[in-house]
Amino acid sequence: MEALIALVIGVLTAGGVFLALRGQTFPVVLGLTLMSYAVNLFLFVMGRLAIGVPPVISDAAQGYTDPLPQALVLTAIVISFGMTAFVIVLSLKARAELGNDHVDGHHEDSPEGRH
Amino acid sequence: MNALAHLPILPVVLPLLIGILLLALRSAPLALQRGISLAAALALIPLALALNDATADGTHLVYLLGNWVAPYGIVLVADRLAAWMLLTTALLAVFALGYAVRGIDTQGRHFHVLFQLQLFGLNGAFLTGDLFNLFVFFEILLLASYGLVLHGGGRHRVKAGLHYVVINLVGSTLFLFAVGTLYGVTGTLNMADLAVKLAATPAEHAALVQSAALLLFGVFALKAALLPLYLWLPAAYAHTSAPVAALFAIMTKVGAYSILRVYSLMAGEAAGPLTDLLDAWLAPLALITLALGMAGAVASTSLKQQAAYLVVASIGTLLLAFGLGSAGALAAGLYYLPHSTFAAAALFLLADSIARARGERDDRFESGPALPRARLLGGLFFIVAVAITGLPPLSGFLGKFMLLQAALDSPLLPWVWGVVLVTGLVSVIALARSGSLLFYRTYTAHDSAALTSPANAALAPVVGLLGLLIGMVIWAGPLSDHAAAIAAQLLDPRQYIDAVLGGRG
Repeated sequence: MEALIALVIGVLTAGGVFLALRGQTFPVVLGLTLMSYAVNLFLFVMGRLAIGVPPVISDAAQGYTDPLPQALVLTAIVISFGMTAFVIVLSLKARAELGNDHVDGHHEDSPEGRH
Repeated sequence: MNALAHLPILPVVLPLLIGILLLALRSAPLALQRGISLAAALALIPLALALNDATADGTHLVYLLGNWVAPYGIVLVADRLAAWMLLTTALLAVFALGYAVRGIDTQGRHFHVLFQLQLFGLNGAFLTGDLFNLFVFFEILLLASYGLVLHGGGRHRVKAGLHYVVINLVGSTLFLFAVGTLYGVTGTLNMADLAVKLAATPAEHAALVQSAALLLFGVFALKAALLPLYLWLPAAYAHTSAPVAALFAIMTKVGAYSILRVYSLMAGEAAGPLTDLLDAWLAPLALITLALGMAGAVASTSLKQQAAYLVVASIGTLLLAFGLGSAGALAAGLYYLPHSTFAAAALFLLADSIARARGERDDRFESGPALPRARLLGGLFFIVAVAITGLPPLSGFLGKFMLLQAALDSPLLPWVWGVVLVTGLVSVIALARSGSLLFYRTYTAHDSAALTSPANAALAPVVGLLGLLIGMVIWAGPLSDHAAAIAAQLLDPRQYIDAVLGGRG
């Protein structure tokens, strides 16, 4: 289980880094999203993996899982969600202003995109 | 509960509430919005002064949010350093806003809302005593700064803004990885508690903790624009509007502050695997940043770009002081911090006035029409240049002098003296070249009526910022004593830990 989760986080991060280094804004946004998924999963797992135990106090509980990472990850998800929405709108605006979707605002095919 | 007990939360809550109020008042008369925004920024100054006063004797004001005891709840901690940063921010904000209300705030929507939320994030980041909370406040100030960077629009601004946003999003992700690792090992995120737990880290986790701490350093270095992570800064600062660039003079200092705060606690003398972790990195990187920033300033093709590279160079000087780490060097850095912030802000605001007066030549370094009110503009430019290059009699000289003096017993002595003095000379050459191009190599314009003469009100914030620098010289004695007191407090993290954990650490 631990190995599987670690592998998932690693693959997500690697994919995110690869995409974030691409030249077009769309893959970059996808890459940032993948990286935020990876880090959310990572934060969640930092409370250690536990199955079938509650995070809040109850009389019937056999043991507890750490509730704090779940609260942290909720905050991180909300923030990364907002940031993703913002960066998508910004990419669209950049596409409109610069005339193409290259992150540096130029592309070999569109000489008018050069400044 | 007396008023003093709630003092640490006020600089955080006030801009937040004003920001929300301004959002509700977005269709109210512009004068009202400007008045509220300016009044709120002005109100931060007495608050910051009160905090400085309350912490001057070495007290740590600990504010328990929801009255949950640390380390279970989130705390705000006001100590000398936090109060010092708050005061710098408040003073800077008033002058940046004073320039913005002359019309730049109408170039886009919600300028004042974003400005207040930016102050909310900045003040929160300076006051928080919790690492995850620091992340949240970073996100708040970054999100507000994304809006401010793009304020006014235009293709250059959007392009530079996109780079700025993407690189900071990557930085935020790395921040979370570092925070997650530290939590996974220690089970706490309260900075005081972290300091205690990290000191007792078992040897098998030492490498994990060290990599998390270095990752965190990478994130703070990105915010501070330390080499090699400074590439986002010149374009973003040079292309945004002047009051935003002026306010952003404090943004890089947030990174420097975080390095100082987190590592003074986690990597102090008592701290197990993290002891002296940064010593091998910070000072050399800061020296190279200083040299490269100054090289960029010489090679710049416009005044705002030059100002942006001078910000990079100033962060090099600042982190050099923090990297040397002795009490004297820290005091020099803490005296230099407000100076470099105010001087950079004054240069950004003045560059905007000069660019407007030059019409379509903008702020590019090429010969242009003779400026209206050239003597006044030139005189101000001269004083700002003297401040930024660190020549006597202004405060930059005192800051650098204290730094050179503090480096005397450092093994890096020849490097520090060599780089700081040579870059000082280079900055004089760079600014002398800009000044002679802008003010002397001019021709008489055919239609001088087309050139807009800078209004007195536009130059008032520049004069005000220069007034602060002169104040820093006049009261240099008490201020440098206070900076030394801040440094002494930082070098004794035990006080901070005891104040937050109430002796339970």
